[in-house]
Amino acid sequence: MSKFEINRRGLIKSGAAIGAGLALPTIFTRNAYAYVNEPKGATVTLGFNVPQSGPYADEGADELRAFQLAVEHLNGEGDGGMIGTFSSKMLKGNGILGKKVAYVSGDTQTKSDAARASAKSMIEKDGAIMISGGSSSGVAVAVQGLCQEAGVIFMAGLTHSNDTTGKDKKANGFRHFFNAYMSAAALGPVLKSLYGTDRSAYHLTADYTWGWTQEASMIAATEALGWKTVNKVLTPLAATDFSSYIAPVLNSGADVLVLNHYGGNMVNSLTQAVQFGLRDKQVNGKNFEIVVPLYSELMAKGAGKNIAGIVGSQNWDWKLEDEGTKSFVKSFGEKYGFPPSQAAQTCYAQTLLYADAVERAGTFDPCGVVEALEGFEFDGLGNGKTLYRKEDHQCFKDVLVVRGAENPQDEFHLVDIVEVTPVAQVTYEPENEMFAGGNLGKCNSGA
Amino acid sequence: MDALILQFLNGLDKGSAYALIALGLTLIFGTLGVVNFAHGAMFMIGAFCAVAMQSMLNISKVTLDPTKLDFLGNPAQIRTPMVESLFGPELGGSIINWSVPLSILLAIPVMLALGFIMERGLIKHFYKRPHADQILVTFGLAIVLQEIIKYFYGANPIPTPAPDAFRGSIDFGVLIGYAQNTIIYPAWRLVYFTFSAVIIAAVFAFLQFTTFGMVVRAGMADRETVGLLGINIDKRFTIMFGIAAAVAGMAGAMYAPINSPNYHMGMDFLVLSFVVVVVGGMGSLPGAVLAGFLLGVVESFASMNEVKSLIPGIDQIIIYLIAIIILLTRPRGLMGRKGVMEE
Repeated sequence: MSKFEINRRGLIKSGAAIGAGLALPTIFTRNAYAYVNEPKGATVTLGFNVPQSGPYADEGADELRAFQLAVEHLNGEGDGGMIGTFSSKMLKGNGILGKKVAYVSGDTQTKSDAARASAKSMIEKDGAIMISGGSSSGVAVAVQGLCQEAGVIFMAGLTHSNDTTGKDKKANGFRHFFNAYMSAAALGPVLKSLYGTDRSAYHLTADYTWGWTQEASMIAATEALGWKTVNKVLTPLAATDFSSYIAPVLNSGADVLVLNHYGGNMVNSLTQAVQFGLRDKQVNGKNFEIVVPLYSELMAKGAGKNIAGIVGSQNWDWKLEDEGTKSFVKSFGEKYGFPPSQAAQTCYAQTLLYADAVERAGTFDPCGVVEALEGFEFDGLGNGKTLYRKEDHQCFKDVLVVRGAENPQDEFHLVDIVEVTPVAQVTYEPENEMFAGGNLGKCNSGA
Repeated sequence: MDALILQFLNGLDKGSAYALIALGLTLIFGTLGVVNFAHGAMFMIGAFCAVAMQSMLNISKVTLDPTKLDFLGNPAQIRTPMVESLFGPELGGSIINWSVPLSILLAIPVMLALGFIMERGLIKHFYKRPHADQILVTFGLAIVLQEIIKYFYGANPIPTPAPDAFRGSIDFGVLIGYAQNTIIYPAWRLVYFTFSAVIIAAVFAFLQFTTFGMVVRAGMADRETVGLLGINIDKRFTIMFGIAAAVAGMAGAMYAPINSPNYHMGMDFLVLSFVVVVVGGMGSLPGAVLAGFLLGVVESFASMNEVKSLIPGIDQIIIYLIAIIILLTRPRGLMGRKGVMEE
């Protein structure tokens, strides 16, 4: 009877042989599992992570409508929308790389932890290869980080903080929406022509990442005009009654109130500022003015008549006259009965941009998609000529300066377009101090 | 000084809302012994009564105008409110303009009915259960109510303006001997404060000077003895639940022009109102009102830039800080009674 003996040398030899044996097949089949959630069947799954509950649920619903429309158009259903006007002609209405597009949706609840959990579930359980959507910068930064770790592409929805493509930028993340710096850069010259250079501004700012970057951007832009900053006051994100914060503005010597607020904050602070008679006030011999740097159609609707004459900025507006906008408004309007919001437009555009990048790259591999999107120049998606900058994955395009409509023609006509600010005026260097501290890092395909 | 007066007015105004909600909470707690976390939702539903009234008055006859085009290039829809068709553009327009005050007429029956249904249908089953169970079930109910409202009205705030006559601001400083334009205050906020004062006075008068109120007060003091006298105290307490809901509903309806109603507004007030009740003393109606105004005023002063520069962030914690101090020094609150929630 033989005796089985094992010694150290034998163990190492056997281990090496077994290891080599196990590794051998993968040398030849590496491409079979080259990246996470590689689509194997006839469909490819996209994950749309939007607020379906919570204060931004209506904005989320509009984003989801746009995503659904984009999926229909990618699959060759409907009138094709902006696929027909898109400068890149890779999309044929036969899905993406011949695979039918399917989607799953998740609820961000406008909470970073819930949004991450929802995105994680879509990636791990549903096999989503790209995540898009969202209506908050806090959520966008959190989900972008998750997608980077997981090795999928993140096409941000509505996120306006400088940090998303600044200190928190990631190689797998791309933002089509504009940012706080661009809002301020676009608003500066318009504010100068409307209100002059001798102004004193008082800032009320939502106390979180977006508010801080919006305030810093506005102060930099207005002080460059010669305006003074009288005071800057942080307001709690959960605040609903701003009277205590507005009352000190009355006798502060300021003649402009800048409301760095969004969503419900903006609706309430603007409504209450108007109720306090600020718009009827004369200070320093000038009419008191209110500025809301970031407009949202849905929020403007909430503020009602109080937005009349108030200046702000937008990423896009359904009343633009370019062919891309007309096609999108027609598709969206005929399907849903009302014009799309800017949140809807950015989500629709992001879906087409992702699909197009995959087609151009010839692969769903996130690193291939990143390469295809970096430095990509395009037109026909409603914002004029646009560049996806390689250095920070931020889209550079024209920015709209708008003003609350004084005499709305109908319930959808909330703002008038004051100026389409050319892209050159809102472009900044990648090293700009407001975007400093971040690093894209390397793309991650999850392999 | 003018800044202090302005903040004092703000404080009274905030305090009005706190006091009205806390008054209802205390009424329910004092009579039924239930900690009602759905009371904030009553405030929110009251605000949506204002929205509903505005919508009802704006029910329109739709005609197509081929001379105007909508956003898709189709003939535009022209909406003429039925009220204007019935009463003429001038009177009809005025009725629509006064939709918020008129919504009180809707809020009272709706809230009484809702309060009655809530109490008979759900809350009565939890009278003998621990307070933790009551809190859980009423909190769950609050979430259900707000989700129902969100289903019908969406998540966005809905503008519900005050009548034109009260839409602007008034020069309050001139009224008290200050120079022009030093103390400007929104007219509707003064209306709201006056309205709150009237409602609070009416509730106290009702409890103090009516036989019904006397029985309720007796029941609050000693439910068992009142029952032994052959009085159906449960029925009266159910009515008080409805009245408390109606008070919160009216407070919400009149608050709609100050904060555009959204489904979550009840929750925003709920926690603060509970702090108000605890500071005032569980079960004490005068305590709830006093603490409401006190905390409203203190919160306003804490929001002043001068105060915030000394203690950053004080505006966000001041109410809770006061609650801690009061509970440490007067565990039963400012006007709390012995034995309430102490068994």
